[in-house]
Amino acid sequence: MNTPLSWIKAYVPELDCTAEEYMDKVTITGTKVEGYEKLDDGLDKIVVGKINKIERHPDADKLVICQVQISESGESVQIVTGAQNVFEGALIPVVLDGGRVATDHSGNKVTGGTKIKKGKLRGVESYGMMCSIQELGSSTDMYPDAAEDGIYIFNDNPEYSKAPIGSDVPQLLGLRDVNFEYEITSNRVDCFSVIGIAREAAATFRKPFKPPVVKETGNNEDVNDYISVEVKDADLCPRYVARVAKNIKIEPSPEWLQRRLAACGIRPINNIVDITNYVMEEYGQPMHAFDHDTIKGRKIIVRRAHNGEKFQTLDGQDRVMDSDVLMICDAEKAIGIAGIMGGENSKITDDVKTMVFEAACFDGTNIRLSGKRLGMRTDAQAKFEKGLDPENAMAAINRACQLIEELGAGEVVGGAVDVYAEKRAPKKVKYDVDKINRLLGTDIGEDEMVSYFEMVDLVADRDKKEVTVPTWRQDVLRLADLAEEVARFYGYDKIPSTLPSGEAVAGGLTEKLRIEQIAKCAAEHLGFFESVTYSFESPKVYDKLLVPEEDELRKAIVISNPLGEDYSIMRTSSLNGMLTSLSTNYNRRNKDVRLYEMANIYIPKSLPLTERPNEYMQLTLGMYGNCDFYDMKGVVEVIASRSGLREPLSFVVSKRPYLHPGRQADIMYKDNVIGYIGEVHPEVADNYSIKEKTYVSVIDMRYVIEYADFNAKYRGLPKFPAVTRDISLVMKKNVLAGQVESIIRKKGGKLLEHVELFDVYEGEGIGAENKSLAYSIRFRDAERTLEDKDVTTVMDKIIDALAELGAALRS
Amino acid sequence: MKDRLEKIVQGALSQIESSEQLEKLNEIKIAYLGKKGELTSVLKSMKDVAAEDRPKVGQMVNEARAAIEKEMEKKKAFFERKIREEKIKSETIDVTLPGKVRRMGHKHPNSIALDDVENIFIGMGYQVIEGPEIEYDYYNFEALNIPANHPAKDEQDTFYITEDIVLRTQTSSVQVHEMEKGNLPIRMIAPGRVFRSDEVDATHSPSFNQIEGLVIDESATFADLKGTLAEFAKKMFGEATKVRFRPHHFPFTEPSAEMDVSCFKCGGSGCRFCKGEGWIEILGCGMVHPRVLEMRDIDSEKYQGFAFGIGLERIALLKYEIDDMRLLYENDVRFLEQF
Repeated sequence: MNTPLSWIKAYVPELDCTAEEYMDKVTITGTKVEGYEKLDDGLDKIVVGKINKIERHPDADKLVICQVQISESGESVQIVTGAQNVFEGALIPVVLDGGRVATDHSGNKVTGGTKIKKGKLRGVESYGMMCSIQELGSSTDMYPDAAEDGIYIFNDNPEYSKAPIGSDVPQLLGLRDVNFEYEITSNRVDCFSVIGIAREAAATFRKPFKPPVVKETGNNEDVNDYISVEVKDADLCPRYVARVAKNIKIEPSPEWLQRRLAACGIRPINNIVDITNYVMEEYGQPMHAFDHDTIKGRKIIVRRAHNGEKFQTLDGQDRVMDSDVLMICDAEKAIGIAGIMGGENSKITDDVKTMVFEAACFDGTNIRLSGKRLGMRTDAQAKFEKGLDPENAMAAINRACQLIEELGAGEVVGGAVDVYAEKRAPKKVKYDVDKINRLLGTDIGEDEMVSYFEMVDLVADRDKKEVTVPTWRQDVLRLADLAEEVARFYGYDKIPSTLPSGEAVAGGLTEKLRIEQIAKCAAEHLGFFESVTYSFESPKVYDKLLVPEEDELRKAIVISNPLGEDYSIMRTSSLNGMLTSLSTNYNRRNKDVRLYEMANIYIPKSLPLTERPNEYMQLTLGMYGNCDFYDMKGVVEVIASRSGLREPLSFVVSKRPYLHPGRQADIMYKDNVIGYIGEVHPEVADNYSIKEKTYVSVIDMRYVIEYADFNAKYRGLPKFPAVTRDISLVMKKNVLAGQVESIIRKKGGKLLEHVELFDVYEGEGIGAENKSLAYSIRFRDAERTLEDKDVTTVMDKIIDALAELGAALRS
Repeated sequence: MKDRLEKIVQGALSQIESSEQLEKLNEIKIAYLGKKGELTSVLKSMKDVAAEDRPKVGQMVNEARAAIEKEMEKKKAFFERKIREEKIKSETIDVTLPGKVRRMGHKHPNSIALDDVENIFIGMGYQVIEGPEIEYDYYNFEALNIPANHPAKDEQDTFYITEDIVLRTQTSSVQVHEMEKGNLPIRMIAPGRVFRSDEVDATHSPSFNQIEGLVIDESATFADLKGTLAEFAKKMFGEATKVRFRPHHFPFTEPSAEMDVSCFKCGGSGCRFCKGEGWIEILGCGMVHPRVLEMRDIDSEKYQGFAFGIGLERIALLKYEIDDMRLLYENDVRFLEQF
């Protein structure tokens, strides 16, 4: 919504403020100003001039030397110009030496404009410049009589040609004005109009509000002799008002009307179009004009369209309707889509003689949905879909008819056809001073509250403690709404600033969030950077990850209206996000990258979705560079233990398609697969353009949260010394270290304190099919000093058991 | 005898005096105090001394020994100090050589900002809770006083899974879940992902994070809302931060407001950062709409409260002066390590 300040001041005549003050104050009372444009920005020392004499330039064919009169008293300056459309006697805008124009040397509009100084053109002195409309900061769209290419000549303009020579051109052209852009919230339908905003501005500045006075219009004929209206679908059209004007004379609007529209950014067309646009801006009520001679049967019928009904709109497009679209029809055919666009068959042409004005109220939701289905978006539609006040329709159409008479655009026929089944009556809302104060935390008296209500025409009955709400305030329904009126005019800034005094609750993170925080911190300590990726991705990622066709992972939730295929399914695995981030880093030549993400995957309980899916929090780790599988394994173990998994994890060889077949494992805890770890399958890494070995691990936080135990208990520090034995074992390569270690632990019994693998060897001296593992095994008895023979007994048991596995002491 | 002893002592002392190394002291010790040393030989010759003189001579020998040992200790300490000093001198290093860094990971700027927000509100006694990201349409809209076909539903550009199930467009849906539990009073914040169908660009993302706040008790007022959020702004952006509340509209609060903070770059005088306004829009808030309470069977005559919604990315972008939102989702470590 845009309005020029001049239009607001027309209805709040006592308003006296700068643009900045206006912006700040109305923003604070709830009419948010997004920004403003000073229409005379960059314009300085530009006056009306008259070319008295033109001579050829002695040294340039394309230049002429003009003697330009710049004051009524005959003062004159010499200006050299290359413009082709100047002539002796021309009235033109002249920027004087030291003045400014809105455009730079290449003709582009620049903030603050460009300074014009006297100078010589091909040796001839020039003391200023004659201006085009572009140099005045506007365009021929807004000033249709200005030359498209050349100096703006005022001679043919009935108003500008009368201006005294030397008078201020920006003032003359209505550019000494400011256009404000507002952000109007959807509840304040009334503020999508100049009158609505002016009412708010008046209340904000505590000045009287003087809306336009609409007087009775029309000749002594009866409109009913020209047109009748039948509304067949009253649910979609609460009110339809029609008036008629004859002897229409299409011509340009007067300058004041053109300027008001132009200041709002609306291009002046002709008097009839301009009047409908003007009333739409001023009253917020869209109107439509039909050529009366095209309406068959002198009858307007408002009805739903037939399914498949074809209709050509006035933009020349053929469109197909459905039965939920409301149509405006005559006795034989459709002539307009209600609230959206008129028809080609009934549009106003320059030859129009008699026309029908329509001001109606249509169901906002229906208009919005119809527009969406038809793929149409018009200014009228944007207004209707907010849900207009039916009371406003009559006021607006009468205003339009008044303008027809004032402008001499035609002869208005007496009376109006008004189909208004259920008159909208003002609502009554109770107010309660104490409750409003209790809600706001204020101590405002009744007198003051009532004064705020009345500033915006909410009429208070102090006996009944009741406010009568005008029909245009559809947002005021109950006490809380009245509290807002009080708050905004009392001033949000004046309401005290306190802290809640009510009953407190124990604050803090949930257990789940706390454990997630611990795991995140652990990952960071281990060198992993936190990453964030989207929850939705492309179904094609499963191909990149080599996931088989029928795999469960592919059973993802599909978004019905995605931004595109790349964002169309809710991820069932966090792996793609991680690999994509690693790939970004790899391709930007970042070395040794370690990333983690803590985010949800989305697992449907059934497809298509009938209930909310499961959302499982995943800790995803990924890295490439100076690292191997066992680095990742160590990371996982540390994170798990820091996060409260007190027992060791175990790792079981797994078969996931996206991981290297020989380098992957399920992570087990208390018989649950709580995640997986592995080197990314080389083909997958290739699909993500990562040319280094890449390791990933995903831990399902569900299990961590379920089993996390932070309940540590102190055990006494050892009083007796430990005995350590190192052994080196040779075995076939396919014997797993995990098997060896579990035998050592099992046979070590309660004396065993610690087992550590300190060397792995493959190579010369032990046979190509073998490997050697060396362990350091520590024993301790809490009650006494161990003797050599105690340890030897246990070691013998361990070695015997290992021998059964095929692991022999290395000689 | 006395003369002989004095001579020995003199000899020893002068040798100690003139010694230049720690090792020399040992030699002197052996030469005088060793088994075959001079003083020892004096002791050995005691048998020739008259019996009545022996104690006196013995005492003299002991005094001589003590004198030598004392001097020797002094000299030894001198040498040790000298050696340590030389060693220390030789150990001087270049302290400007780079430190040995063990690289730690960093939190994402979103998380840093979120931790800050959470800590501020936990300090004020708020519980941090979560709600589902894939949500019933009812919880996301209707229960928040946004009925079907309400224009606000369109404004939010919702992603739909089915007609009834959406990707939540606002964490306000968590308000509904929390009220449904029926435990009053409520003081909660609910951070989390939300989704809106906006194309990716420097200032938009189809997925971002919000932090919802909700307080319901028998007395929470608009003044309390102002005070709470002013406190939050000061803790988040600095003690000098001023706040401004402007009327606004949200279907689930009435009265509603948007809160601006004074620009933390220019302090409110207006700069490029705040587009010359001196204020930066930070969050939306308001008193919980009575209809929202009534739909959850909470007595709106007895209970009232306030709610607010903060855009997490907006805070992170402003606080860290990040000029392109896409950087947040690329996860380039050169970006991440700056926070």
